[in-house]
Amino acid sequence: MITIKKLSKIYQVGTETIHALRDMDLFIGRGEYVAIMGPSGSGKSTLMNMIGCLDTPTSGVFELNGINVSDMDDNQLAEIRNKEIGFVFQTFNLLARSNALHNVELPLIYAGVPSDERRKLALEALDQVGLADRIHHKPNEMSGGQRQRVAVARALVNNPSIILADEPTGNLDSKTGDEIMALFAALARAGHTIILVTHEEDVARHARRIIRIRDGRIASDELREPSNPGAIPSPAAAS
Amino acid sequence: MVPWPDHAVGRGWARMTLIDEIRESTWVSLGALRANKMRSVLTTLGIVIGIVTVTLMGTAIEGLDKAFMKSISSIGSDVLYIGRFSWFENEEWWKLRNRREILLADAREVARQSVLAAAVTPMADTFRTVKYNNRSASTVQIVGCSSEAVVVSSLSLTAGRFMSAAEVDGVRPVCVLGADLAANFFPHESPLGKKIRIGDSPYEVVGVLDKLGSFMGLFNLDNRVMVPITRFLTDLTRWPDVTIAVKVRDMKGIDEASEELRGIMRKIRKLPPGMPDDFAINQQDAFIKTFKKLGGTIATVGLFITGLSLFVGGIGIMNIMFVSVAERTREIGLRKALGAKRRNILMQFLTEAAAICLFGGGGGFGDRLSSELVDCATTAHEHVLADRGAGPGGLSCDRGDLRFFTCLESGPDESCGCVEK
Repeated sequence: MITIKKLSKIYQVGTETIHALRDMDLFIGRGEYVAIMGPSGSGKSTLMNMIGCLDTPTSGVFELNGINVSDMDDNQLAEIRNKEIGFVFQTFNLLARSNALHNVELPLIYAGVPSDERRKLALEALDQVGLADRIHHKPNEMSGGQRQRVAVARALVNNPSIILADEPTGNLDSKTGDEIMALFAALARAGHTIILVTHEEDVARHARRIIRIRDGRIASDELREPSNPGAIPSPAAAS
Repeated sequence: MVPWPDHAVGRGWARMTLIDEIRESTWVSLGALRANKMRSVLTTLGIVIGIVTVTLMGTAIEGLDKAFMKSISSIGSDVLYIGRFSWFENEEWWKLRNRREILLADAREVARQSVLAAAVTPMADTFRTVKYNNRSASTVQIVGCSSEAVVVSSLSLTAGRFMSAAEVDGVRPVCVLGADLAANFFPHESPLGKKIRIGDSPYEVVGVLDKLGSFMGLFNLDNRVMVPITRFLTDLTRWPDVTIAVKVRDMKGIDEASEELRGIMRKIRKLPPGMPDDFAINQQDAFIKTFKKLGGTIATVGLFITGLSLFVGGIGIMNIMFVSVAERTREIGLRKALGAKRRNILMQFLTEAAAICLFGGGGGFGDRLSSELVDCATTAHEHVLADRGAGPGGLSCDRGDLRFFTCLESGPDESCGCVEK
């Protein structure tokens, strides 16, 4: 589903050249629940931007569903983001002046879904995250957990190939964080592909596969049983 | 395009339609405007002021046109004036100064020979002090003319009669007073039969003219005395030059009439072929042409300057949109992540700018509408007065409304694109 081959990203900052990603190879299959971990500056965010089609690589191939995304233009990338990827952000990023329903409808608007169908799909998605009774509330009338649920509903509503969550529990207390993680677990069980970017071990432990990144390379890639919290990751060479 | 994975294709969604896009953009921009009320109102104010000045300028130009047309109507559109000099297109003065005078006899010849003329009168004027008993008026225009002047200048009288042909031929000391002069000299009595003194000679008042107003706002046509041209030439001036005013039978044949008069004049003055005319045939048209040229320049300059204020309003919007974009980078980022294309984002901000412009346009429109309505009401009132023969004519409102519909259409577009036409 996601195939990354010899992916490199080089940033030019002034006279300095930064190799954010160095010849990375990675495969993520449909239905996987993956956590990407790494300290800041490891290239974690860059990888996330690549997978989220927010940026294009300097060299290498990034295929999504067998389509090479690496050399698409901005408009094509926008369509891919719209239809293939659902984003969940640390700071929720909801439109403050719109109610939950409209926030969830937003990706469908850009997809060109007729309004009655749009409403139906948005209601379904909100129902899925357990907020069917909050559709007319604005973000500032909801708790942090509820806001993040709205964001998850928004990520789900286009039925994307990947749900890309960037520190989804970063701004939540541990209890609501657990609730959100439980929601992700449920979505994973339902067959959604979820990629979780985090630097919290506790959060990563919910995933079935943990990829650790250091200095633009994959430091370890480990499959684990999420129900077994005692497993200790063993470092392994990059594939 | 790239083949889509089945679930995306399977739904058969079209791309975002324009209507959806506009609806979403409108919704978002109205929300943004509501969220920044003060800012939006102040920006809108710039456009309101711009539109109001432009429409006001338009109305002013319109008023100027009308006032001019009204004031030159005393010349008469179907009257040709044969004089020594052209009103507007004169050559070097030394070529003109030796032109022969046009004599009273010439006027008689023209009247005798012309077929296309309905009425002919010689005219000459001078300024004198006029006295009645112990009242006196200085620099009163004394006009010498024949009995046909009443036809040529379409004069009407409030009292008495105009001078007769016999009086003109007999060089009688009679006169017809302008309305203002009559009112000043004879506030409590009828002027008919009274003797006024023009210079040193007594003239008997036989009639009083209707009020004529002023010529181009400069010259009062009601402060005048009309006397027989024969008397004028013997008594009031020794300069024999007259202007021949000819009213044509048919307005449509005015050019032919002009040619006919030219032929007659050349014959009278015995000009051989090849010699240029030593006289000129003038008509109201010349005034209008000159004014159109002048008025066009005034209008262009005026609209340009007022257009600048609209342009400044547009710059205000540019600024505010700049701020709006800068403070909403997060929102833009989010929308892009959710699949908004560049044009969706541009559309959103363009709609916001257009909304401000439309509100401004609406505001300017509303303001002008209310004042135009007041105008209309006063005009209607004045018309009623005018019908009774009393009040002054008022500005009319018919074109003003139209004008600002066009402003409403063109105003916002211009400012949004920040282009000045």
